[in-house]
Amino acid sequence: MQKKRKLGRGVALVGAGMSKFGMFKDKDSKDLFAEAFREMIASVDKGFDPSEIDALYLGNFTNDFFVHQGHWGPIISDLIGLNPKPATRTEGACAASALAFREAVFAIASGFYDIVLVGGVEDMSKRTTEEVAEGLALATVPYEGRVGFTFPGVFGALATAYFAKYGATREHLMNITIKSHSNAPLNPKAQFPLSIQDMMNRKIENAKKKGKPMPTWEDEKAFLRDPAANPVVAWPMHLYDCCPISDGAACMLLVGEEIARNFSDDPLYVIGIGQGSGRGLHACDDLTYFEATRHAAKEAYGMSGLKPEDIQFSEVHDCFSIAELIHIEDLGFFEPGEGYKAVAEGLTRRDGPMPINTSGGLKCKGHPVGATGVGQLFEVWKQLRGEAGKRQVPKKDLRIGAAHNLGGTGGTCTFIILERR
Amino acid sequence: MEERTFSDISYEQYLNEEKLMGSKCKKCKALFVPPRSICVKCYSSDMEWVEMKGEARLAAFTCISVGPPFMIAEGYDRKHPYCSGVVELEEGARVDARIEGVDANKPEDIKVGMPLKVKFLHRGEGDNLKTYLAFLPV
Repeated sequence: MQKKRKLGRGVALVGAGMSKFGMFKDKDSKDLFAEAFREMIASVDKGFDPSEIDALYLGNFTNDFFVHQGHWGPIISDLIGLNPKPATRTEGACAASALAFREAVFAIASGFYDIVLVGGVEDMSKRTTEEVAEGLALATVPYEGRVGFTFPGVFGALATAYFAKYGATREHLMNITIKSHSNAPLNPKAQFPLSIQDMMNRKIENAKKKGKPMPTWEDEKAFLRDPAANPVVAWPMHLYDCCPISDGAACMLLVGEEIARNFSDDPLYVIGIGQGSGRGLHACDDLTYFEATRHAAKEAYGMSGLKPEDIQFSEVHDCFSIAELIHIEDLGFFEPGEGYKAVAEGLTRRDGPMPINTSGGLKCKGHPVGATGVGQLFEVWKQLRGEAGKRQVPKKDLRIGAAHNLGGTGGTCTFIILERR
Repeated sequence: MEERTFSDISYEQYLNEEKLMGSKCKKCKALFVPPRSICVKCYSSDMEWVEMKGEARLAAFTCISVGPPFMIAEGYDRKHPYCSGVVELEEGARVDARIEGVDANKPEDIKVGMPLKVKFLHRGEGDNLKTYLAFLPV
């Protein structure tokens, strides 16, 4: 039963802001959200009065664990002077703020609110790597955690299943890493604005300074093959297959479509919005796709009336390199088993026919989990409005962009399509 | 066989007794390991326990160098990684398990599709007994 789903009222995006992503010892969740909020206000072309915001929907995964403080909705709404108006926190692991976005869309589409702030925040770097891993593992499926699976471990296992079924290898995953690292230097908010070549040069410089023997690598893949430079985390996931630990925040202003022009000369419209739920590894029909992503895509394409080939570029959840590979197939950009070939041919590069993760992706832009969903949409906002600077997708008439967000080990996935009219 | 509730707790009790148990829907015959109390194929709650033979093939795996605290406590670290996997039982269901008897430092030698046999890893004793499901190459 495939219903054609529609919003009761159109919803438009009229402002967006994002903090720089990174590891900030001197900034907490409030500081980061304030940074994003100030940029959002400045981005509303015709200006607006923040006191007109009706409500806040805020995504946050587990600041409860990372900074021992829960209940972030009213803390953030108080920060920006919104109280006593309603603030609702959504939790969907790494898809927490995509869920906030979706709930905000529904709140406006229902007619109950007209102007809603949606955002996400996560403050992860104040803990040790082991503690962060433990915190993130709160979102695995219980059976997985009990037998020692970590987050990278789950994605590593998916990679071995994909390799066995389609004949891809680690070398193919390296293409994804190299691509993300070539986009990131063009993104001033990225946590790692460095190409792989930059990383190689940096290591050589450091060795020279310390008087140690200077490492040499034939090319970027040789660097990624070197276990000293790129150690294994959960085979076949190595350090450069994994996103970093990050702090960050992002927010957006959503309004009823009929009032969008009061705020902006160039609003974007929410034309597709999908969400799906997945099962654990053991209960999947197949280990080489995410059924939650496929369901989210079906909902979003159904609502928009669009096909995968209509999407001109997309942010895709690449918490691990294999995740980007599987998702570009699940979203219909490439046939199952063909994604790795498409990446090898350069089709997903910024200047290719289907640019994926022009922001540098979670791998290089950073992954403050609760902020990621809105952070991805921030990139779509920038690209569609032609404001992405040096990383602007070089396509004429950029009109349709999308963002795919995954939570946990595939438990929650969303796909959101935005249009510039 | 005595009637235990079709729950994760029962599943783990059975593991302590060296039995790998699942639930089978009496109505549509769908098999679930670990057990489910509600059949997600036909929504029946009429289930029965079935014991798995413990023969399987490796469906997916990973060799983990950076593990959670309880694996670090068992002595695993970057130099001593361990293997976790998804195995497909001969009966058709899949389970998450530890993969023992392989060299996690040589993942190239571990093959998806390799035949495996169940092994129950007991830790602690008495009320603190905990059993991890593991599989070994045949």
